[in-house]
Amino acid sequence: MAARSGTLRRYLVVRLLLVIPNVFVLLTMVFLLLRVAPGDPVSAALGGRLPPEELARRRAAGGYDDPILLQYWNYLSHVFRGDLGTTVSDNRPITNILVVNGAATLSLTVVAILVALAIGIPLGLLAARYRNSWLDVVIRIFGVLTYAAPVFFVGVVAIIIFTGTLGWLPSGQQASPIAQATVEPVTHIFLVDALIAGDTESFVDGVKHLIMPAFTLGLLITGVFIRLIRVNVAQTLRDDYVEAARARGIAERRVVFQHAFRNAMVPFVTVLGLQAALCLGGAILSETTFSWPGLGSQLVQYINARDYVAVQGIMTIYALVVVGVSLLIDFVNAFIDPRVRY
Amino acid sequence: MTAARADVPSYAEPVLSVADLRVWYGTERGPVRAVDGVSFDLRPGETLGLVGESGCGKSTLGRGLLGLLPAGAKADGEIRFKGTNLLQAKRRDIDRLRGPELGMIFQEPLTRLNPLMRISEHFEETLRAHEPQIGKEEARRRSIDTLRKMGIPPTRYRAYPHEFSGGMRQRIMIALALVLRPAFIVADEPTTALDVLVEAQIIRILADLRRNFDTALLLITHNLGIVAEACDRVAVMYAGHLVEDGDAREVFAKPRHPYTRELLRSTISLQTTGLHYIPGAPPDLVEPPPGCKFHPRCPDAMVVCGAQDPVAVQTASGSRVACWLHGPADRIDEGGTARMAQEEISVADEA
Repeated sequence: MAARSGTLRRYLVVRLLLVIPNVFVLLTMVFLLLRVAPGDPVSAALGGRLPPEELARRRAAGGYDDPILLQYWNYLSHVFRGDLGTTVSDNRPITNILVVNGAATLSLTVVAILVALAIGIPLGLLAARYRNSWLDVVIRIFGVLTYAAPVFFVGVVAIIIFTGTLGWLPSGQQASPIAQATVEPVTHIFLVDALIAGDTESFVDGVKHLIMPAFTLGLLITGVFIRLIRVNVAQTLRDDYVEAARARGIAERRVVFQHAFRNAMVPFVTVLGLQAALCLGGAILSETTFSWPGLGSQLVQYINARDYVAVQGIMTIYALVVVGVSLLIDFVNAFIDPRVRY
Repeated sequence: MTAARADVPSYAEPVLSVADLRVWYGTERGPVRAVDGVSFDLRPGETLGLVGESGCGKSTLGRGLLGLLPAGAKADGEIRFKGTNLLQAKRRDIDRLRGPELGMIFQEPLTRLNPLMRISEHFEETLRAHEPQIGKEEARRRSIDTLRKMGIPPTRYRAYPHEFSGGMRQRIMIALALVLRPAFIVADEPTTALDVLVEAQIIRILADLRRNFDTALLLITHNLGIVAEACDRVAVMYAGHLVEDGDAREVFAKPRHPYTRELLRSTISLQTTGLHYIPGAPPDLVEPPPGCKFHPRCPDAMVVCGAQDPVAVQTASGSRVACWLHGPADRIDEGGTARMAQEEISVADEA
């Protein structure tokens, strides 16, 4: 008899504890990466615009004259206290960026992933089930095209068609100015806030604004999902237990869904997590294309302003999101696959 | 064929009757004739051992009987199961037969259970697929009952496949096939992946089957020892053809076909002092040699063997052999019985 493996609870606890070294390593890398750049954040952002004495005063106040280990300690302790610092260029707390812009990125990426799942899973399943048929070929070409087409290109073409020619959809921002002014920000997720306010008109307005950015970003991941589902389901359909299920007379529908599809979800969920993290990177491009006020567009803006403190803060947020997503993915995998145990 | 066996003591009507079954796979080089004109009958409670080298088509034959051939394979001929020709049955009807009538036990028990499903889920899924009205308690009772007969304790009913050893998983697979009491089971090298002690255990379980349930069993193996121990009859397959079949003890004691004889000589036992093997390799099934497929490797090959397909002849005891050594002499042309030149034999494509 094989050694009895650990229980699900044990796995969850151990995996949760692993978050600690996980966060620690990532934060250290964020810290080091931004210290590799020459100069200090204050002179990089404000150098030449302020008198040298003032720069020196701000450097000292920001702690950039301290030894690097002390700076490291200060960074870590601040992060753990929930203080991500204040931007140098416009004196804005990073936590405020997280709440306001993070909410915008969250709604964009979540809807984009939902779009990708809704299109990618059925198409991938069809392609796997009818492998090498014309349907499969069409779906595969669609997958390659959506994956290969850059966000800024698809986005601009979409804007030209749906905003320019047809005039159906707005081309930028989360909502029109009036809706933004009337909806009280509670969660800072515009659609949720509009619902809380019971403002149907603003909600519809928000949905209209979300459609193009979410589809443009979603289509990019759809290509990955199609290929992933297709190749994994095609694999599991050839697996021995699938043939064994057929040999027991299990109906084909059930063989495809219960045996092939469910088992193909194990590798898929893992990559789904990686994609969700990559989506943040993809979001930078779509946010810029659609002037979406998310973390990505903020990051670009602060990089241009050479505001290293802001960049470090936003990178820290990204790092923590990656840790959270991978934790979530491992939990989901543990629930699907009984072999995932420590 | 069925009629010709009237002189053989038969206890019941055959549950399975295969006539001139052909299975071929399409390849770029042309069709691979994996099974080429195979006929046999199987009666309730009877165990037929199917032996032959790797690649001779025995697994294809086993799968073909259950309609489990891969896409791209074609089958022709007749597989009559309880009166229905399975080759002409609809997909849905075959699905309905698989399980309660036709069972299959596979070679690799480690990969045949869905790793994400509990053993209980495998059983409940199988029972519900064929008896939709079955209650959960009834399904559980029957499953645990069958598992217990295979030596799997009820406490393990809700465990996952990875928590069992290979031998236990094979017993679970057997229980999974037996829980619906099929009339006919194909066991495709059920013990190849297991160690000898487990092998003996599995063979005993299979032998008990026919006694307890009157199940007809097609036992595919390349282990002649298993056939001698567990089978009533044996069929020897070479290059897609059945070259000899008959009562297991009779065939083993007095093999008629040179291939059977050579195969038996190649068996390794404690008495073995030197390894015997059959020179050459099994033929290419896309372009098989003319006449008897074995003639390029046959130590007794005659001129006729390379020219004409051998005709199967029946002995008084019901055995069949397809070899010109035993073939109807009047069908051999003059000079056909001369030994084939030795060079031709050595030309046989050495592996």
